[in-house]
Amino acid sequence: MGVFYELANPERFERIAKPLQPALTAIAVLLGGAGLYYALFNSPADYQQGDTVRIMYVHVPAAWMALFCYSVMAFSSAAGFIWKHPLADVSAKVTAPIGAVFTALALFTGSLWGKPMWGAWWAWDARLTSVLILFFLYLGYIAIWESIDDKARAARLAAIVAIVGFVNIPIIKFSVDWWNSLHQPASVFRDGGPTIDGSMLRPLFLMGAAYMIGFGAMLIAAIRNELMARRLQRLSEVAGRKASTVNVE
Amino acid sequence: MTKKQKRFAFIGGIFAVAALAVTLVLTALSSAVAYFYTPSDLDALDHPPTGVIRLGGLVEGGSVQYNKEEAEVHFVIMDEAGRRAVTYRGVLPDLFREGQGVVVEGKLAPDGSVTAMQVLAKHDENYMPREVADALKKQGRWKEGETQNQ
Repeated sequence: MGVFYELANPERFERIAKPLQPALTAIAVLLGGAGLYYALFNSPADYQQGDTVRIMYVHVPAAWMALFCYSVMAFSSAAGFIWKHPLADVSAKVTAPIGAVFTALALFTGSLWGKPMWGAWWAWDARLTSVLILFFLYLGYIAIWESIDDKARAARLAAIVAIVGFVNIPIIKFSVDWWNSLHQPASVFRDGGPTIDGSMLRPLFLMGAAYMIGFGAMLIAAIRNELMARRLQRLSEVAGRKASTVNVE
Repeated sequence: MTKKQKRFAFIGGIFAVAALAVTLVLTALSSAVAYFYTPSDLDALDHPPTGVIRLGGLVEGGSVQYNKEEAEVHFVIMDEAGRRAVTYRGVLPDLFREGQGVVVEGKLAPDGSVTAMQVLAKHDENYMPREVADALKKQGRWKEGETQNQ
Protein backbone atom coordinates (compact mmCIF):
# COMPACT_ATOMS: atom_id res chain seq x y z
CA MET A 1 0.00 0.00 0.00
CA GLY A 2 2.94 2.30 0.72
CA VAL A 3 3.67 2.70 -2.98
CA PHE A 4 0.11 3.78 -3.69
CA TYR A 5 0.22 6.45 -0.99
CA GLU A 6 3.47 7.76 -2.47
CA LEU A 7 1.94 7.87 -5.94
CA ALA A 8 -1.27 9.44 -4.68
CA ASN A 9 0.62 12.71 -4.45
CA PRO A 10 0.42 14.27 -7.94
CA GLU A 11 3.91 15.87 -7.71
CA ARG A 12 5.57 12.59 -6.76
CA PHE A 13 3.58 10.84 -9.48
CA GLU A 14 4.82 13.37 -12.03
CA ARG A 15 8.46 12.83 -10.98
CA ILE A 16 8.19 9.07 -11.54
CA ALA A 17 5.87 9.18 -14.54
CA LYS A 18 7.81 11.66 -16.65
CA PRO A 19 10.81 9.40 -17.40
CA LEU A 20 8.69 6.22 -17.28
CA GLN A 21 6.40 7.27 -20.13
CA PRO A 22 9.00 7.36 -22.96
CA ALA A 23 10.71 4.23 -21.59
CA LEU A 24 7.48 2.21 -21.65
CA THR A 25 6.58 3.58 -25.07
CA ALA A 26 9.95 2.47 -26.47
CA ILE A 27 9.64 -1.03 -24.94
CA ALA A 28 6.08 -1.40 -26.27
CA VAL A 29 7.12 -0.39 -29.79
CA LEU A 30 10.05 -2.82 -29.76
CA LEU A 31 7.95 -5.71 -28.43
CA GLY A 32 5.13 -4.89 -30.83
CA GLY A 33 7.55 -4.77 -33.78
CA ALA A 34 9.03 -8.14 -32.85
CA GLY A 35 5.55 -9.54 -32.21
CA LEU A 36 4.24 -8.41 -35.60
CA TYR A 37 7.33 -9.79 -37.32
CA TYR A 38 6.75 -13.24 -35.81
CA ALA A 39 2.98 -12.97 -36.25
CA LEU A 40 3.08 -12.09 -39.94
CA PHE A 41 6.32 -13.57 -41.26
CA ASN A 42 7.88 -16.03 -38.87
CA SER A 43 5.16 -18.28 -37.51
CA PRO A 44 3.41 -21.24 -39.08
CA ALA A 45 -0.06 -21.24 -40.63
CA ASP A 46 -2.65 -23.21 -38.65
CA TYR A 47 -3.54 -26.75 -39.76
CA GLN A 48 -7.24 -25.83 -39.97
CA GLN A 49 -7.41 -22.10 -40.45
CA GLY A 50 -4.33 -21.50 -42.60
CA ASP A 51 -3.04 -17.93 -42.63
CA THR A 52 -6.29 -16.57 -41.18
CA VAL A 53 -4.97 -17.61 -37.77
CA ARG A 54 -2.69 -14.54 -37.88
CA ILE A 55 -5.69 -12.40 -36.93
CA MET A 56 -5.40 -14.09 -33.53
CA TYR A 57 -2.20 -12.16 -32.71
CA VAL A 58 -4.08 -8.85 -32.91
CA HIS A 59 -7.47 -10.05 -31.71
CA VAL A 60 -6.67 -12.10 -28.61
CA PRO A 61 -4.39 -9.57 -26.83
CA ALA A 62 -6.96 -6.85 -27.59
CA ALA A 63 -9.63 -8.97 -25.89
CA TRP A 64 -7.33 -9.58 -22.90
CA MET A 65 -6.75 -5.84 -22.60
CA ALA A 66 -10.46 -5.12 -22.89
CA LEU A 67 -11.01 -7.19 -19.73
CA PHE A 68 -7.84 -5.98 -18.01
CA CYS A 69 -8.59 -2.27 -18.57
CA TYR A 70 -12.09 -2.73 -17.21
CA SER A 71 -10.64 -4.40 -14.11
CA VAL A 72 -8.17 -1.52 -13.65
CA MET A 73 -11.06 0.92 -14.06
CA ALA A 74 -13.27 -0.90 -11.56
CA PHE A 75 -10.54 -1.27 -8.92
CA SER A 76 -9.42 2.35 -9.33
CA SER A 77 -13.05 3.40 -9.06
CA ALA A 78 -13.51 1.40 -5.86
CA ALA A 79 -10.28 2.82 -4.39
CA GLY A 80 -11.35 6.35 -5.32
CA PHE A 81 -14.80 5.78 -3.86
CA ILE A 82 -13.59 4.32 -0.58
CA TRP A 83 -10.37 6.25 0.12
CA LYS A 84 -11.28 9.44 -1.80
CA HIS A 85 -7.95 9.56 -3.60
CA PRO A 86 -8.28 11.97 -6.51
CA LEU A 87 -5.52 10.15 -8.40
CA ALA A 88 -7.50 6.89 -8.23
CA ASP A 89 -10.53 8.67 -9.75
CA VAL A 90 -8.31 10.16 -12.45
CA SER A 91 -6.80 6.77 -13.30
CA ALA A 92 -10.29 5.21 -13.52
CA LYS A 93 -11.55 8.04 -15.71
CA VAL A 94 -8.70 7.95 -18.22
CA THR A 95 -8.61 4.14 -18.44
CA ALA A 96 -12.14 4.05 -19.88
CA PRO A 97 -11.43 5.40 -23.39
CA ILE A 98 -8.32 3.20 -23.69
CA GLY A 99 -10.32 0.14 -22.69
CA ALA A 100 -13.11 1.09 -25.06
CA VAL A 101 -10.64 1.23 -27.96
CA PHE A 102 -9.20 -2.22 -27.08
CA THR A 103 -12.76 -3.58 -26.91
CA ALA A 104 -13.65 -2.06 -30.27
CA LEU A 105 -10.47 -3.55 -31.73
CA ALA A 106 -11.35 -6.99 -30.34
CA LEU A 107 -14.90 -6.78 -31.73
CA PHE A 108 -13.73 -5.53 -35.12
CA THR A 109 -10.92 -8.07 -35.63
CA GLY A 110 -13.17 -10.80 -34.26
CA SER A 111 -15.73 -9.94 -36.90
CA LEU A 112 -13.07 -10.05 -39.62
CA TRP A 113 -12.00 -13.46 -38.30
CA GLY A 114 -15.52 -14.79 -37.89
CA LYS A 115 -16.54 -14.30 -41.49
CA PRO A 116 -13.94 -16.60 -43.10
CA MET A 117 -13.87 -19.18 -40.28
CA TRP A 118 -17.42 -19.44 -38.98
CA GLY A 119 -19.17 -18.03 -42.02
CA ALA A 120 -20.70 -15.08 -40.12
CA TRP A 121 -19.53 -11.57 -39.23
CA TRP A 122 -21.54 -11.66 -36.04
CA ALA A 123 -23.47 -14.13 -33.90
CA TRP A 124 -25.55 -13.39 -30.82
CA ASP A 125 -23.75 -15.98 -28.76
CA ALA A 126 -22.89 -15.42 -25.11
CA ARG A 127 -19.23 -14.43 -25.65
CA LEU A 128 -19.82 -11.92 -28.43
CA THR A 129 -22.87 -10.41 -26.77
CA SER A 130 -21.18 -10.02 -23.38
CA VAL A 131 -18.19 -8.27 -25.00
CA LEU A 132 -20.57 -5.93 -26.83
CA ILE A 133 -22.17 -5.14 -23.46
CA LEU A 134 -18.66 -4.43 -22.12
CA PHE A 135 -18.19 -1.90 -24.92
CA PHE A 136 -21.47 -0.18 -23.99
CA LEU A 137 -20.45 -0.17 -20.31
CA TYR A 138 -17.29 1.71 -21.26
CA LEU A 139 -19.33 4.21 -23.29
CA GLY A 140 -21.83 4.68 -20.45
CA TYR A 141 -19.01 5.21 -17.99
CA ILE A 142 -17.41 7.84 -20.26
CA ALA A 143 -20.80 9.52 -20.75
CA ILE A 144 -21.26 9.95 -16.98
CA TRP A 145 -17.93 11.75 -16.67
CA GLU A 146 -18.80 13.95 -19.64
CA SER A 147 -22.29 14.87 -18.46
CA ILE A 148 -21.61 15.81 -14.81
CA ASP A 149 -19.57 18.97 -14.19
CA ASP A 150 -18.92 18.44 -10.48
CA LYS A 151 -15.90 16.10 -10.54
CA ALA A 152 -16.47 14.58 -7.11
CA ARG A 153 -20.09 13.73 -7.96
CA ALA A 154 -19.14 12.39 -11.38
CA ALA A 155 -16.49 10.18 -9.78
CA ARG A 156 -18.98 8.73 -7.26
CA LEU A 157 -21.65 7.93 -9.85
CA ALA A 158 -19.16 6.59 -12.39
CA ALA A 159 -17.60 4.37 -9.71
CA ILE A 160 -20.96 2.75 -8.97
CA VAL A 161 -21.54 2.06 -12.67
CA ALA A 162 -18.01 0.64 -13.06
CA ILE A 163 -18.45 -1.68 -10.08
CA VAL A 164 -21.91 -2.92 -11.08
CA GLY A 165 -20.55 -3.53 -14.59
CA PHE A 166 -17.68 -5.56 -13.16
CA VAL A 167 -20.18 -8.43 -12.83
CA ASN A 168 -19.84 -8.75 -16.60
CA ILE A 169 -16.11 -9.59 -16.48
CA PRO A 170 -16.39 -13.18 -15.16
CA ILE A 171 -19.38 -13.67 -17.46
CA ILE A 172 -17.24 -12.80 -20.48
CA LYS A 173 -14.42 -15.07 -19.32
CA PHE A 174 -16.60 -18.11 -18.58
CA SER A 175 -19.39 -17.55 -21.15
CA VAL A 176 -17.79 -20.12 -23.44
CA ASP A 177 -17.78 -22.73 -20.66
CA TRP A 178 -21.19 -22.04 -19.15
CA TRP A 179 -23.25 -21.99 -22.34
CA ASN A 180 -23.13 -23.46 -25.82
CA SER A 181 -21.49 -20.78 -27.90
CA LEU A 182 -20.13 -20.31 -31.40
CA HIS A 183 -16.93 -18.83 -30.00
CA GLN A 184 -14.42 -21.53 -29.06
CA PRO A 185 -13.32 -22.03 -25.43
CA ALA A 186 -10.16 -20.51 -23.95
CA SER A 187 -6.84 -21.61 -25.45
CA VAL A 188 -4.29 -19.95 -23.16
CA PHE A 189 -5.63 -19.24 -19.66
CA ARG A 190 -7.28 -22.60 -18.99
CA ASP A 191 -6.90 -25.69 -16.78
CA GLY A 192 -4.24 -27.96 -18.23
CA GLY A 193 -2.21 -25.27 -19.97
CA PRO A 194 -2.36 -23.69 -23.42
CA THR A 195 -3.64 -25.61 -26.43
CA ILE A 196 -1.65 -23.45 -28.82
CA ASP A 197 1.59 -24.73 -30.33
CA GLY A 198 4.75 -23.08 -28.96
CA SER A 199 5.63 -21.57 -32.33
CA MET A 200 2.33 -19.66 -32.23
CA LEU A 201 2.49 -18.79 -28.53
CA ARG A 202 5.68 -16.75 -29.05
CA PRO A 203 4.12 -14.04 -31.26
CA LEU A 204 0.96 -14.15 -29.15
CA PHE A 205 2.83 -13.45 -25.91
CA LEU A 206 5.04 -10.82 -27.55
CA MET A 207 1.94 -9.01 -28.76
CA GLY A 208 0.29 -9.44 -25.37
CA ALA A 209 3.31 -7.88 -23.63
CA ALA A 210 3.42 -5.05 -26.19
CA TYR A 211 -0.27 -4.27 -25.64
CA MET A 212 0.13 -4.40 -21.86
CA ILE A 213 3.20 -2.14 -21.74
CA GLY A 214 1.66 0.12 -24.37
CA PHE A 215 -1.36 0.41 -22.11
CA GLY A 216 0.97 1.38 -19.25
CA ALA A 217 2.49 4.14 -21.38
CA MET A 218 -0.93 5.40 -22.52
CA LEU A 219 -2.29 5.30 -18.98
CA ILE A 220 0.61 7.39 -17.64
CA ALA A 221 0.29 9.87 -20.50
CA ALA A 222 -3.46 10.15 -19.97
CA ILE A 223 -3.15 10.64 -16.20
CA ARG A 224 -0.52 13.38 -16.68
CA ASN A 225 -2.78 15.00 -19.26
CA GLU A 226 -5.78 14.95 -16.96
CA LEU A 227 -3.76 16.30 -14.01
CA MET A 228 -2.46 19.18 -16.16
CA ALA A 229 -5.95 19.90 -17.50
CA ARG A 230 -7.30 20.09 -13.95
CA ARG A 231 -4.45 22.35 -12.83
CA LEU A 232 -5.09 24.60 -15.83
CA GLN A 233 -8.76 24.80 -14.97
CA ARG A 234 -7.98 25.71 -11.37
CA LEU A 235 -5.50 28.38 -12.51
CA SER A 236 -7.95 29.94 -14.95
CA GLU A 237 -10.62 29.98 -12.24
CA VAL A 238 -8.25 31.79 -9.89
CA ALA A 239 -7.23 34.19 -12.67
CA GLY A 240 -10.87 34.84 -13.52
CA ARG A 241 -11.66 35.62 -9.91
CA LYS A 242 -8.74 38.02 -9.70
CA ALA A 243 -9.74 39.70 -12.96
CA SER A 244 -13.29 40.23 -11.74
CA THR A 245 -12.06 41.79 -8.48
CA VAL A 246 -9.87 44.15 -10.52
CA ASN A 247 -12.87 45.16 -12.62
CA VAL A 248 -14.92 45.93 -9.55
CA GLU A 249 -12.21 48.17 -8.23
CA MET B 1 -18.02 2.15 11.64
CA THR B 2 -15.80 4.84 10.19
CA LYS B 3 -16.81 6.68 7.04
CA LYS B 4 -14.31 4.63 5.05
CA GLN B 5 -15.81 1.36 6.27
CA LYS B 6 -19.29 2.64 5.45
CA ARG B 7 -18.26 3.46 1.90
CA PHE B 8 -16.56 0.07 1.60
CA ALA B 9 -19.72 -1.69 2.78
CA PHE B 10 -21.85 0.41 0.42
CA ILE B 11 -19.82 -0.36 -2.67
CA GLY B 12 -19.42 -4.01 -1.67
CA GLY B 13 -23.16 -4.27 -1.08
CA ILE B 14 -23.96 -2.78 -4.48
CA PHE B 15 -21.64 -5.25 -6.17
CA ALA B 16 -23.13 -8.18 -4.24
CA VAL B 17 -26.69 -7.19 -5.15
CA ALA B 18 -25.78 -6.69 -8.82
CA ALA B 19 -23.96 -10.03 -8.94
CA LEU B 20 -26.90 -11.83 -7.33
CA ALA B 21 -29.41 -10.23 -9.70
CA VAL B 22 -27.39 -11.07 -12.80
CA THR B 23 -26.80 -14.63 -11.59
CA LEU B 24 -30.52 -15.17 -11.05
CA VAL B 25 -31.44 -13.72 -14.44
CA LEU B 26 -28.82 -15.72 -16.32
CA THR B 27 -29.75 -18.93 -14.50
CA ALA B 28 -33.40 -18.41 -15.34
CA LEU B 29 -32.58 -17.63 -18.96
CA SER B 30 -29.82 -20.19 -19.42
CA SER B 31 -31.57 -21.96 -22.29
CA ALA B 32 -32.04 -18.63 -24.06
CA VAL B 33 -28.42 -17.61 -23.53
CA ALA B 34 -27.18 -20.86 -25.08
CA TYR B 35 -26.46 -20.27 -28.74
CA PHE B 36 -27.63 -23.66 -29.93
CA TYR B 37 -29.27 -26.94 -28.97
CA THR B 38 -27.24 -30.11 -29.14
CA PRO B 39 -29.05 -33.13 -30.65
CA SER B 40 -29.60 -34.60 -27.18
CA ASP B 41 -30.96 -31.24 -25.93
CA LEU B 42 -33.54 -31.43 -28.73
CA ASP B 43 -34.39 -35.06 -27.94
CA ALA B 44 -34.98 -34.11 -24.31
CA LEU B 45 -37.57 -31.44 -25.14
CA ASP B 46 -41.20 -32.42 -24.60
CA HIS B 47 -42.48 -30.02 -27.25
CA PRO B 48 -40.24 -29.58 -30.27
CA PRO B 49 -39.72 -25.85 -30.98
CA THR B 50 -41.67 -24.51 -33.96
CA GLY B 51 -39.65 -21.39 -34.79
CA VAL B 52 -36.14 -20.96 -36.04
CA ILE B 53 -33.65 -22.94 -33.97
CA ARG B 54 -29.92 -23.52 -33.95
CA LEU B 55 -28.49 -26.99 -33.69
CA GLY B 56 -24.83 -27.61 -32.95
CA GLY B 57 -22.56 -30.62 -32.79
CA LEU B 58 -20.12 -32.61 -34.88
CA VAL B 59 -20.73 -33.62 -38.48
CA GLU B 60 -20.94 -37.40 -38.30
CA GLY B 61 -18.22 -39.20 -40.26
CA GLY B 62 -19.55 -40.67 -43.53
CA SER B 63 -22.89 -38.90 -43.27
CA VAL B 64 -22.32 -36.10 -45.80
CA GLN B 65 -24.18 -36.67 -49.06
CA TYR B 66 -24.37 -34.15 -51.88
CA ASN B 67 -27.51 -34.22 -53.96
CA LYS B 68 -26.39 -32.53 -57.15
CA GLU B 69 -29.82 -32.38 -58.84
CA GLU B 70 -31.43 -30.58 -55.94
CA ALA B 71 -28.20 -28.70 -55.10
CA GLU B 72 -28.70 -29.94 -51.56
CA VAL B 73 -26.39 -31.41 -48.99
CA HIS B 74 -27.52 -33.89 -46.36
CA PHE B 75 -25.57 -34.66 -43.23
CA VAL B 76 -26.02 -35.76 -39.63
CA ILE B 77 -25.09 -33.68 -36.58
CA MET B 78 -24.23 -35.75 -33.54
CA ASP B 79 -23.16 -35.36 -29.94
CA GLU B 80 -22.38 -37.94 -27.26
CA ALA B 81 -25.95 -39.16 -26.98
CA GLY B 82 -27.95 -38.00 -29.97
CA ARG B 83 -27.97 -37.50 -33.72
CA ARG B 84 -30.12 -35.49 -36.06
CA ALA B 85 -30.33 -35.25 -39.85
CA VAL B 86 -29.87 -31.88 -41.57
CA THR B 87 -30.74 -30.73 -45.07
CA TYR B 88 -29.12 -27.59 -46.43
CA ARG B 89 -29.10 -25.72 -49.71
CA GLY B 90 -26.40 -23.07 -49.97
CA VAL B 91 -22.73 -22.32 -49.58
CA LEU B 92 -20.87 -24.26 -46.90
CA PRO B 93 -18.10 -22.59 -44.88
CA ASP B 94 -14.50 -23.58 -45.67
CA LEU B 95 -14.08 -25.45 -42.41
CA PHE B 96 -17.11 -27.68 -43.06
CA ARG B 97 -16.19 -31.37 -43.23
CA GLU B 98 -16.84 -34.64 -41.46
CA GLY B 99 -15.81 -34.55 -37.81
CA GLN B 100 -16.01 -30.73 -37.71
CA GLY B 101 -18.07 -28.83 -35.17
CA VAL B 102 -20.87 -26.91 -36.87
CA VAL B 103 -23.91 -24.87 -35.90
CA VAL B 104 -26.88 -24.82 -38.28
CA GLU B 105 -29.81 -22.42 -38.17
CA GLY B 106 -33.15 -23.57 -39.50
CA LYS B 107 -36.50 -25.14 -38.76
CA LEU B 108 -37.55 -28.58 -37.68
CA ALA B 109 -39.22 -30.53 -40.51
CA PRO B 110 -42.20 -32.80 -39.70
CA ASP B 111 -39.93 -35.85 -39.87
CA GLY B 112 -37.71 -34.40 -37.12
CA SER B 113 -34.84 -33.43 -39.38
CA VAL B 114 -33.60 -29.85 -39.57
CA THR B 115 -33.97 -27.80 -42.74
CA ALA B 116 -31.08 -25.39 -42.43
CA MET B 117 -30.98 -21.87 -43.80
CA GLN B 118 -27.43 -21.23 -42.61
CA VAL B 119 -24.47 -23.41 -41.68
CA LEU B 120 -21.72 -21.98 -39.47
CA ALA B 121 -18.46 -23.76 -38.70
CA LYS B 122 -17.14 -23.84 -35.16
CA HIS B 123 -13.46 -24.17 -34.62
CA ASP B 124 -11.94 -25.56 -31.48
CA GLU B 125 -9.37 -24.19 -29.05
CA ASN B 126 -6.44 -26.07 -30.62
CA TYR B 127 -3.96 -24.21 -32.76
CA MET B 128 -0.95 -25.90 -34.34
CA PRO B 129 1.03 -25.97 -37.57
CA ARG B 130 0.11 -28.61 -40.16
CA GLU B 131 3.32 -30.58 -39.51
CA VAL B 132 2.44 -30.97 -35.84
CA ALA B 133 -1.08 -32.07 -36.70
CA ASP B 134 0.29 -34.59 -39.21
CA ALA B 135 2.82 -35.90 -36.69
CA LEU B 136 0.09 -36.37 -34.07
CA LYS B 137 -2.01 -38.25 -36.61
CA LYS B 138 0.95 -40.44 -37.52
CA GLN B 139 1.59 -41.29 -33.88
CA GLY B 140 -2.05 -42.20 -33.50
CA ARG B 141 -2.55 -39.55 -30.82
CA TRP B 142 -5.08 -37.70 -32.94
CA LYS B 143 -8.65 -38.30 -32.02
CA GLU B 144 -10.90 -36.82 -34.65
CA GLY B 145 -14.01 -35.51 -33.02
CA GLU B 146 -12.63 -35.50 -29.52
CA THR B 147 -10.25 -32.59 -30.05
CA GLN B 148 -12.96 -30.86 -32.01
CA ASN B 149 -15.65 -31.36 -29.48
CA GLN B 150 -17.50 -28.33 -28.09
